[in-house]
Amino acid sequence: MDLLNIIRVAFRALQRNKMRAALTMLGIIIGVSAVVAMVSIGQGAQATVQAQIDSIGTNLLFVSAGAQNVGGVRSGTGDSGTNTLTVEDLDAIKREVPSVSMVTPAVNARGQLVAGNMNWNTSIQGVSEQYPEVRKWSVQSGEFFTDSDVRTAARVLVVGQTIADNLFAGADPIGQTIRVQNLPFRVVGVMVRKGQDAQGRDQDDVAFTPYTTAQKKILGSPRLQIAYVSAVSPDATYTAQQQITELLRQRHKLNSNDPDDFTVRNMSDIAEAANQTNSTMTMLLACIAGVSLLVGGIGIMNIMLVSVTERTREIGIRMAIGARSSAVRSQFLIESIVLSVTGGLFGILLGVASSLAIPKLLGWPTLISMMAIVGSVIFSVMVGIFFGYYPARKAAALDPIDALRYE
Amino acid sequence: MQAIQEITKANPSIAGSIEIPQTRAVIQLDNIHKTYTMGDVQVHALRGATLGIRAGEFVAIMGASGSGKSTTMNIIGCLDRPTKGTYILDGQDVSELSKDERADIRSHKIGFVFQGFNLLARTSALENVELPMLYAGVSGAQRHERAMQSLAAVGLAGREQNHPNQLSGGQQQRVAVARALVNDPALILADEPTGNLDSRTSVEVMEIFQRLNRERGITLVLVTHEPDIAQYAGRIVVFKDGKIRKDYPVKDQRDAAEELKNLPAIEADEEDD
Repeated sequence: MDLLNIIRVAFRALQRNKMRAALTMLGIIIGVSAVVAMVSIGQGAQATVQAQIDSIGTNLLFVSAGAQNVGGVRSGTGDSGTNTLTVEDLDAIKREVPSVSMVTPAVNARGQLVAGNMNWNTSIQGVSEQYPEVRKWSVQSGEFFTDSDVRTAARVLVVGQTIADNLFAGADPIGQTIRVQNLPFRVVGVMVRKGQDAQGRDQDDVAFTPYTTAQKKILGSPRLQIAYVSAVSPDATYTAQQQITELLRQRHKLNSNDPDDFTVRNMSDIAEAANQTNSTMTMLLACIAGVSLLVGGIGIMNIMLVSVTERTREIGIRMAIGARSSAVRSQFLIESIVLSVTGGLFGILLGVASSLAIPKLLGWPTLISMMAIVGSVIFSVMVGIFFGYYPARKAAALDPIDALRYE
Repeated sequence: MQAIQEITKANPSIAGSIEIPQTRAVIQLDNIHKTYTMGDVQVHALRGATLGIRAGEFVAIMGASGSGKSTTMNIIGCLDRPTKGTYILDGQDVSELSKDERADIRSHKIGFVFQGFNLLARTSALENVELPMLYAGVSGAQRHERAMQSLAAVGLAGREQNHPNQLSGGQQQRVAVARALVNDPALILADEPTGNLDSRTSVEVMEIFQRLNRERGITLVLVTHEPDIAQYAGRIVVFKDGKIRKDYPVKDQRDAAEELKNLPAIEADEEDD
C-alpha cells in the first residue's frame, strides 16, 4: 500500500472521530501558538532595542564618573560621591583625542517646572549645544541653545513633547517662561517626539538647559556625572575608548596598578548587553511555551494509545483482509503526525494572529519570527513521530486472531 | 470445470467422496498439528488433521467448541501457522510463511466473512468494500468500479453510501460478503456467518453463498455449529478433539433460493430500517 493511500486511510480514521481529533489537536495548537507569540514578543522587544541603539548611533561613547567596580564594591556610575569627571577633562578629550568629534556633558537634575498655574516634575539635563548632534535628536520647533548660551550660563530651556503638552496644552511653548527653583527660564525649543524606550520610559519627559546653567543655577555644584562622546566613525569607537581611558588616567595621575576612577563604555557593549538580556528572555519564554507543546505531544500519545485499544477490532479486521503490520503501523503513525501537524498549522495561525493583536491590545511591540514558525512546524512533526511511534508499534504488533476476538 | 460442477450439482453425493483429478485442490492440509503453550501447559488444538478441498467446493466445517474447528479455520485463513504439517493453498506452501507474507496471501487469495460482520463503523458500505483493494494496491478508479460491482452482486446496489448502522444485520453481512469477494479470492472463509442473524436473514445469506458457489465456482469454507446451516453446503467435515471425525457429502442439500420463494416476503420491513 502506497503512502498516499495510507494518508487517506489515516484522514478517514480521524474524520470518524472529529471531536476527539480536535481536542487532541488543541494541546498542539496552544503549544505552537504560544511559542510563535512568545518569540514574536521577544523579537519585537529586541528589534525595538536595536532600532533605538541604531538611532543613537554606534559611534557613541559614554564617559561616566566613578568606576563601575572598585575593590569589589559596586559604586553606581554618576554616584553623588564621586567628583572624578570635570569639564576640563571633557575639554581635554575634545582637544587631544583625534578620533573624537563631539563631546557633551550631561548633568542630571530633577526639578519642578512651573508655567503660569501649571507645574510638572521632570528630569532636567544640563548638556552642551552639541547634544542634538551627538544623540541624533533634533528640535522640532524653535532652536537648541547655542555655545554662547553655554558660556554665559543663560537661563534657557529646550523641552520634550511631554512637557510641552502638559505645561502649555497645545499653545506654542516657544518664548514662554518656565520657572525652575523660582528662576525664570525662557523656552527656546521643543524636541522631536521620541516615544517610549525599550523599558517603557517616556523619553519625551525631559528638559534641556546648558550644563553651565544646571551646575551654577540649579544644582550649585560643578559635578559632572556623565558625558556623551561621538567618535569620528563607528570604526573609530574602540580606538577612541582606548585613547580617552589613557588620557583620563594621565590627567587623574593614576598609577599603573590603580583602578580607573571613571568608566568609558561604548554603544555596542550596551547593545550587546541589551540583546543578551532580550535573547535570554526570549529563550525563557520560548522554553515555557515549548513545555506546553511537549504536554500537547503527550496528549497525542495518550489519545493514540486509547485509540489503539479502542480500535483493536478494527486493526484485526484490517489485518485479516490483508493489511501488513507495516501498513497498520504507518496508518497510526500518520494519524498522529496528521494530528500534530494540523494542530501545528492552526497553532501558527493563532500565534500569528495573537502576535498581530498583542501590539494593539497590550501595546507591546512584536515581530513575527519566520524561524519560530518553521521551527514549530518541524517540532510538531517530530512530536507526532515521537509520541505516535509507540502506540503505532503497539497496534502493528497485535495478532489478528486476538484482535478480531477483542470485545 | 463447468461439466464437473454440473455433475456435482446434479448428484451431490459425488462431491467429496470421489477423487476428481481434473479439479485441483485449493486447500491441501497434510497432517496438521497445532500446539499452544499456555504457561506450563501444552494445549493440543489439532492432532494431525488432513483435509483436501477442491476448487468450486462448498464445505461446512462443524464441531463443538474446543474441537479444533476454529484453529483449523485460522490456519486455513492464514491467520495462524501450523506447529507441524504442511498447508498448500492454491498451489503454494503457506505453512512456513512470515507474518507479512501471510498478510499478502490473505489480501489476494482469501475473503473473510465473520459472525459479527466486522465492518468498519462510520464508514460507508462502498468504502468498507474498497478496503481490501487498498491493501492489495488496486488503483483508485478500479477500486470504485469493482466495489460497486461487488455490492451489486450481493443485491446492495443503491446502498453504497449507507453506513453499517444504517443497514440491517442481513445487509451488513452482505456488505461483508461483497468485501470478501472483491479481490477475487481463491477461497471465501465464512466463520459462523449466520450466528448473529435471524432464520430468514440466514437463508438470504446462504442463498448468496450458494449462488456465488454455483454461478462463479467460488470455493467456500463455512464454519458453523448449526447443523441445518451446514445442510446448505455440499460436504460436511466434523472435528472432534483436534482430529477430523467425519467427512461426508451432504445428502438432500438445502436450496436457499427455493426456500426463500416459499417464505413470506418481509423484505419491505427490513429495507425500512
